[in-house]
Amino acid sequence: MSIFVDANTRVIVQGMTGRAGTFYTDQAVRYGSTYVGGVRPGKGGTRHLDMPMFNTVAEAMTETGANASLVIVPAPHAAEAMIEAIEAGIGVIVCVTERVPQHDMSRVKAALEGTDCVLIGPNSQGILTPEQCKIGVMPTRNAQPGSVGIASRSASLTSEILAQFSKAGMGQSTTVGIGGDTLHGVDFVECLKRFRDDAETEAVVLIGEIGGRSEEDAAEYLRSVDYGKPVIALVVGRHAPKGRRMGHAGTLSVLGGDSAQEKIANLRNAGVFIADNADDVVASVLQAQARAKAS
Amino acid sequence: MFLSEQVSKELLSQYGLLIPEGRTAKTPELAEAACKEFNAKRYVVKALIPAGGRGLAGGVKFAATPSSVREIAENLLGSTLVTEQTNEGGERVDAVYVEAAIDIAKDYFIAIALDPGTGSPLLLASSDGGVEFEQRSRMDEGTVRTHLLAPESDESRAALEGFLKEIGIEGTTAIDSIFAARRAFCENDMTLLEINPFARTATGDWMVIDAKVLLDGNTIFRHPEFETMAADLSRPESELEAQKNNINLVKLTGNVGVVANGAGLGLATHDMLVDAGGDPANFMDIRTTAKSFDVAKGVELLLGDPNVKVILLNVHGGGMTAADTVAEGINFAYSRSERQLPVIAHISGQNAEWGIRILRDRKVPVETFDTISDAVSRVVEIAR
Repeated sequence: MSIFVDANTRVIVQGMTGRAGTFYTDQAVRYGSTYVGGVRPGKGGTRHLDMPMFNTVAEAMTETGANASLVIVPAPHAAEAMIEAIEAGIGVIVCVTERVPQHDMSRVKAALEGTDCVLIGPNSQGILTPEQCKIGVMPTRNAQPGSVGIASRSASLTSEILAQFSKAGMGQSTTVGIGGDTLHGVDFVECLKRFRDDAETEAVVLIGEIGGRSEEDAAEYLRSVDYGKPVIALVVGRHAPKGRRMGHAGTLSVLGGDSAQEKIANLRNAGVFIADNADDVVASVLQAQARAKAS
Repeated sequence: MFLSEQVSKELLSQYGLLIPEGRTAKTPELAEAACKEFNAKRYVVKALIPAGGRGLAGGVKFAATPSSVREIAENLLGSTLVTEQTNEGGERVDAVYVEAAIDIAKDYFIAIALDPGTGSPLLLASSDGGVEFEQRSRMDEGTVRTHLLAPESDESRAALEGFLKEIGIEGTTAIDSIFAARRAFCENDMTLLEINPFARTATGDWMVIDAKVLLDGNTIFRHPEFETMAADLSRPESELEAQKNNINLVKLTGNVGVVANGAGLGLATHDMLVDAGGDPANFMDIRTTAKSFDVAKGVELLLGDPNVKVILLNVHGGGMTAADTVAEGINFAYSRSERQLPVIAHISGQNAEWGIRILRDRKVPVETFDTISDAVSRVVEIAR
């Protein structure tokens, strides 16, 4: 099992004909994921990477039975692409585009309201269910199937930790990059809920950092349920250089501006096992699992 | 991107919000002369720096006459203000803003930001405006109340009126001002608009006494005017240079130069280095879109920094920035530099072996380690 994507996921790519779109589609297909077509207005009826191209997401869904989309278009057009996919009623959208304007994301979030569509990103490395489905830009060489579920806010740090897991012989059920931007789709909380319901996932790892409220919201959710599986978190930025702080303390208390230490204390109080640093995550999972078994 | 006080206020006044009359001055003489350009019973002189918290730090002073405006300007200009919102070095005052002092009946605080949950504009408001707001809101989280601010309609006006009543803000003009602020917020791709104080004057008007605006730097493609509007953030030359090369660099005071790709891995490296007793010379995040030439630029900045004794390289290759791309960049920087500092490296992920080989073959003085912890221990040993 897995969350959000699996062997039955049929992926289309919005922006497949671009340089990055071509590169990452090719990589994902080689990895063995099921990609069924591309979308680019004006290119309908042509073929790219040996797949059919369509003018619209709706058309691509009808013709190919696609249920997921990778959005890999330049930032000025990313919101329109996401909104088109939401309105077409696709199940999962993964947006890897960086630097999407926040007010554009405001419109995307409004379009998501009341739908069942799952948005992952933007500014995400994507989602990977090893040996079943890759939608995104992350490396796959070090991934292997297994029982650790991972949700993270940063790409290269997650790849590093994922490689450490595989080296230790611990595979992953699904790795989700929720994205590094303030406004994004699924959050840690939604990932935690899905991992809880996923029979294969035995432990959940959250990789967080300073800024935003994702860790605080995760802690609040975990305090509200008997989660039933060990949750391990790494929060980086404990010694982040003190920079110029924008905004008043009052504004920040609402929008989220807790230090890494505050986030860590918050998660620990919610029963989360805290990894000291990036080299301590694998050991922390093993300890948390041993403790869960003992109790 | 940060807008200075006067640019923020001028922008808001274009949307119909009331602001006091004022002028920017870069010398004490011009500050005095500015007083003759508008009518005022009293003046206020404000240090123009790109950060808040000035009031408590002595950056806002009242003056009864143009000559005392000059004296205050003399003291402020060229001084450095350290406020709660600046970094430790503070900000140099290169200009002051001379403004008509307003008779204020009561100060309020309002701000608009995008709600992280819904993504919609969120109004924050407090009846504790002015300089005390910062301290009071920290002691008591309940100081600030929030309201999702829908676009203007009869319904949203009524909802806003009800919300504002609880804060103590009443009257049609206050509501008009807040909807005007919302339009300014949305049409200018702001990520934060703070008006503090938002003041009820002795004559019953609602006025923006101070304002601070953050613009979304990712929208320059549709707002070319932002480049000229944004305040100079007085960042070191090397940071601006790195920015042009797809690298986020923050200069620090230690002796370990740090090269990492991705913000998360950069923060993780920084934490581990400091925990082990190391002292970073910088924070660096090579963006995923960086080419080897960009990386070379970043490494050159470290090699050119006399404080740096050793370089810690922590790279996880992925997708387009594979480890060999980073290695090529380092090699390029070393081939052009006389200083050959030791490189202590943890290199993993896409093309890791290739990257390590490039560094060894080209005689970059590199030692590689299988774990980040081992690389960090070694770097601390050398740096001592």
